[in-house]
Amino acid sequence: MVPLSAYVAVSAVLFITGLLGVLIRRNFIIVLMAVEIMLNAANINLVAFSHYLESMAGQLVALFVIAIAAGEAAVGLAIIIVVFRGKISTNVDEMNLLKW
Amino acid sequence: MTDLLIKLIPVFPLIAVIANGIFGRYLWSHEWAHRIAWGSVGLSFLCTIGVVSDIIQTGTAHEVIVYQWIFGGDLTINLAYLVDPLTCAMLLVVTGVGFLIHVYSVGYMHGEHGFTRFFTYMNLFMVSMLLLVMGNNYAVLFIGWEGVGLCSYLLIGYYYDKVSAAQAASKAFVVNRIGDAGFLLAIFLVFMNFQTLDYTKVFAEVGHLSPGMATAIALCLLIGAVGKSAQIPLYTWLPDAMEGPTPVSALIHAATMVTAGVYMIVRNHAIYDLSSTAMFWVGVIGGTTALFAATIGLVQNDIKRVLAYSTVSQLGYMFLGCGIGAYTAAIFHLMTHAFFKALLFLSAGSVIHALGGEQDIRKMGGLSHKIPWTHKLFFIGTIAIAGIPPFAGFWSKDEIMAHAFTHHQYVLYGMAAIGAFLTSFYMFRLTYLTFYGQSRMDHHTEEHIHESPMVMIIPLMVLGLLSLAGGFIGFPPDHGWLHQFLAPVAGAGSEHEASTGVVLSLMMIASSIALFGWALAHYLYSMNPTASDRWAAKARLAYTTLLNKYYVDELYDLLFVEPTKKLGLLLDWFDRVVVDGIVRGVGQMAELGAAGSTWAEKHVIYGVINIVGYGNHLMAKQWRQLQSGMVHHYAAIIVAGLFLLAVVIQLIVQR
Repeated sequence: MVPLSAYVAVSAVLFITGLLGVLIRRNFIIVLMAVEIMLNAANINLVAFSHYLESMAGQLVALFVIAIAAGEAAVGLAIIIVVFRGKISTNVDEMNLLKW
Repeated sequence: MTDLLIKLIPVFPLIAVIANGIFGRYLWSHEWAHRIAWGSVGLSFLCTIGVVSDIIQTGTAHEVIVYQWIFGGDLTINLAYLVDPLTCAMLLVVTGVGFLIHVYSVGYMHGEHGFTRFFTYMNLFMVSMLLLVMGNNYAVLFIGWEGVGLCSYLLIGYYYDKVSAAQAASKAFVVNRIGDAGFLLAIFLVFMNFQTLDYTKVFAEVGHLSPGMATAIALCLLIGAVGKSAQIPLYTWLPDAMEGPTPVSALIHAATMVTAGVYMIVRNHAIYDLSSTAMFWVGVIGGTTALFAATIGLVQNDIKRVLAYSTVSQLGYMFLGCGIGAYTAAIFHLMTHAFFKALLFLSAGSVIHALGGEQDIRKMGGLSHKIPWTHKLFFIGTIAIAGIPPFAGFWSKDEIMAHAFTHHQYVLYGMAAIGAFLTSFYMFRLTYLTFYGQSRMDHHTEEHIHESPMVMIIPLMVLGLLSLAGGFIGFPPDHGWLHQFLAPVAGAGSEHEASTGVVLSLMMIASSIALFGWALAHYLYSMNPTASDRWAAKARLAYTTLLNKYYVDELYDLLFVEPTKKLGLLLDWFDRVVVDGIVRGVGQMAELGAAGSTWAEKHVIYGVINIVGYGNHLMAKQWRQLQSGMVHHYAAIIVAGLFLLAVVIQLIVQR
């Protein structure tokens, strides 16, 4: 029987990994992958607590998250393609059109 | 059914007013305008006959609420009608004589400029007059009262491009205002004391009135009546009102509107009965006016003005009747007077029509064969007003005089008797000068004399018949049909029941007075035409005084008109110098202040605002660096914020 704290620890490690990936890496595709990692870290938490609390709600939300993650990936990749067409680059630092 | 008919009576003329007043000039010809006008009054007359016959049969008064007009607090005023025997008598006169005069006007006004306007005003007058006599409370009475005043003004000033007509109209309006002010005060006093304006409620509780208050109300009402009915001292407008077309003089200034004051006093007799002071003044004003106006009538040379003074004088008789408590006699005289005075005015109009507008009796004479119908009818009217039996005027005038005698008001009786003699004299003088003797017309006028068309003669014939036989509704005196009909509203008959012998001898005296007046006129103006001039020359002072109407107009000018004008000039000066000075001063101060505040705004307020704006600008230069546009910067800030939040929450939880 794996204790709940183990799941939470794994989830935390994965989340930090994803967060650092988002903040540090400059490649848009890697950033997108890091976001996926963060979502999955959250999923692990949801499922673990669902099991621990014996409630199906957590697993249900996890399924929703997976669906949204798929959608997010699709939209994200589409944006990358559009931006790449304009900039011939996937470097996040060059994408600063939103500033004042 | 009767209630519906009552509601319909004033509606027909109102429709005619709207139709002719708004569309008459554009949509249809004069032919249709006059048909609508007299047709509507005719329909009202038919409705009136229906209503009156019902009330004669049942003997009950009808009270109909048409519209709840003002309500709130303790004030409720309805547009409502009260039709009792008194109203019936007035309704018959107003719609019946009104109808005849409308028909007559078709001929008289033919081809006049503003034909449609004339009939619109006439119909508007009918509406107002009907409201006046039908209203069940003082407010509706007052609306009618003001409405007839307005129509009187409009119709006196019908020939508005004539200066004298416009001035006469203004004079009538202003003099009537004085009376109206008194009437309004009376209405306020009534409301103060009874908290209602409905006749039935007021008269039911009239016993609670203190004698002083009853006198105050009665005298204020009297002021109103004096103004409207042209009594001393407010009679001066009526002779001038003859500037209007003759049918107007007949309808408004003889038969109906000027009798409104008498109607009002009879309607309020419950209040007058409480105050012997007020009754005394009504009688005195009536008697004095009857005599005073008759003396002026003796020497006037304008055919319509003689009739106007005779109207004032006859209204005096009605007031005299009211003043001694003979209300039924007053209403009786009101009705017969409406018949014969309308007849006289309309035949005078026929004479004027025949002579192409000539009104001066010194330029008439010898007309009896040229316009025979007019002559005969005018003669009937003269006999009726002079009080020769059995014509209408005799019965009613004799009744008033008999009441004065049996009530021991010998002074009033004397005034009335002398007035009756003078009336007979000046009316026959008018007849002789107009229709008999040598012609004094110029050649051109004489050639164009023509009898009036049938549309004018037939109404005259009907009125002639009424003047001839109308007196028998009040025969025998004090016990006639009219007396029984009016008994519920005009109070019981006189308590001074005179013996038959007294009544008969008074009748003999009255008729001999009238015949003596005729005889004198016959002597002076038919048998011995130069005698009148000699008499006038002998009493030069009296003659000129009478000819100038006792200089009352001049006196009023001196006492009221001129001071008012002076006051106006003073107020004008005050307005220009003082008020305008203050206004200009304030304006200049405001201008100075505005200049100062403009400077302050430019240099002080703008400065402060600019400092604030510039400061913002500087700050923003720094802060906007934060918005780099790079997503991971934002993400880092979010993470840092979350971390900070987590730390803060942790600290709070630990504590």
